[in-house]
Amino acid sequence: MIIDWQPLILTFKLAAVTTAILLCIGVPFAWWLANTRIRLKPAVEALVSMPLVLPPSVLGFYLLLAFSPEYWFGAWLDREAGIRLAFSFEGLVVASVIFSFPFLVHPVQAAFQNLPRSLTDAARVLGKSSLQTFMHVLLPNIKPALMSGTVLGFAHTVGEFGVVLMIGGNLPNETRVASIAIYDEAEALNYAAANFYAGVLFFLSFIILLAVYMINRRAQK
Amino acid sequence: MIQVNVSKQLHGVNGEFQLDVSLEIAQGEFIALFGSSGVGKTTLLRCLAGLEQAEQGNIVVNGEVWLDSDARINLPPQQRHTGYMFQDYALFPNMTVRGNLEFALRKGADKKRVNELLELMDIGALQHRKPDTLSGGQKQRVALARALASEPSLLLLDEPFSALDAEIRARLHDEVLRLQRHFSITTILVSHDVSEVCKLANRVMVMEAGRIVQQGNPIDVFSAGQTSGKFRFTGEILAIEPMDIMFSLTVLVGNQIVRVVTMPDEAARLRLGERVMLVSKAFNPMVLKLGG
Repeated sequence: MIIDWQPLILTFKLAAVTTAILLCIGVPFAWWLANTRIRLKPAVEALVSMPLVLPPSVLGFYLLLAFSPEYWFGAWLDREAGIRLAFSFEGLVVASVIFSFPFLVHPVQAAFQNLPRSLTDAARVLGKSSLQTFMHVLLPNIKPALMSGTVLGFAHTVGEFGVVLMIGGNLPNETRVASIAIYDEAEALNYAAANFYAGVLFFLSFIILLAVYMINRRAQK
Repeated sequence: MIQVNVSKQLHGVNGEFQLDVSLEIAQGEFIALFGSSGVGKTTLLRCLAGLEQAEQGNIVVNGEVWLDSDARINLPPQQRHTGYMFQDYALFPNMTVRGNLEFALRKGADKKRVNELLELMDIGALQHRKPDTLSGGQKQRVALARALASEPSLLLLDEPFSALDAEIRARLHDEVLRLQRHFSITTILVSHDVSEVCKLANRVMVMEAGRIVQQGNPIDVFSAGQTSGKFRFTGEILAIEPMDIMFSLTVLVGNQIVRVVTMPDEAARLRLGERVMLVSKAFNPMVLKLGG
């Protein structure tokens, strides 16, 4: 059996890029959400949590419409920047960031909320700017949550199926991630290949989660 | 010289009230803000540090304007350089004791100050430990050292001793006094403990519902000038029991339990847990109710 490693490589590339973007926008967003007093906060929180309850196909369907060059957002993106998100790797990244957003934001937001307010006050009184306070006082004290948020975001992206199927399709080297490849091979009655991809995902997911729980246990001691 | 004149709307447990305070403090004074919880003591302290915005007023510290609501001047806490000691100490858990002090140094400050403070507070042996591994009294010392590390012009202490037991508390009182004199730093302490105020402060301001209702030398204020006793103690009533035609009072003074006799009409005005002053006059101790 000749093994095509591409779907697995693509899966982890997608997960890595998605997680990096999630960290860059999710952590500041979680901090903002933890501190904001705007009236719309419940609405924002509900919106962030939507991917937790919606069937992935619903999200995928609307993203497909949004990305399509036939409609205004996709058309605008195509016209202005020459980017087509439907059926492309970039489109998968955008969709994955949206889809995995609550998995990073929830633990990080909760951790920010649990930090005593006096830590921020103390840093301000000591003359530290907001950025210094954020980098040297707040972030280092939510490390376990940052860690579990990152891993959950990564693992959830690896495990994505519905959204990818809707907006990515099954293009080799572009959108054919491992979860799609399993479905594809199983449908073609190619059980050996399906079993290989499935086995690798199963094993790696277990290792990742095991690592998180072991690190968390050590952090609690 | 510090001149403060602030007002701010507060939402208390018993509805809204106005914080409305004006005071003047001389360089090197040790002031206590005294009063029950929820009268605005901590809010006043936070307004001074810039952690809360006073709606109206002005704060001038040694000629420097920190707040002037008419001129729309309001320095952020970062530029006020106060030393603030929080009720929960607010030590940074991710840094060691030394790390906490070094983080507090002003830009370009000499690192020797950290060593000096570690030595002054007798916490040199703890310098590489994380705050979570320290006892309450040790945390308190570190917090005080950190507050002083930033070379503040004003030291603000927000009930820092309330979580400690009596013996450690008494030791730390001495430390605070020693450091306050060493750096001759103007200090404001929030407290609801009469004995603490009498021991530390040279002036007490009694606050009620957002206003200063009384101020002066702590002993004079608390005894309200009613006595000319030879010696006096403050304590807390533990028990009131009838005894023939008189009443027996059991009072906790410091760590000692004292039993005194009082008249029925006097006893009727007293409640368990209230603070009283015992004054020895001629041969019989008198019992006077303290505070509000």
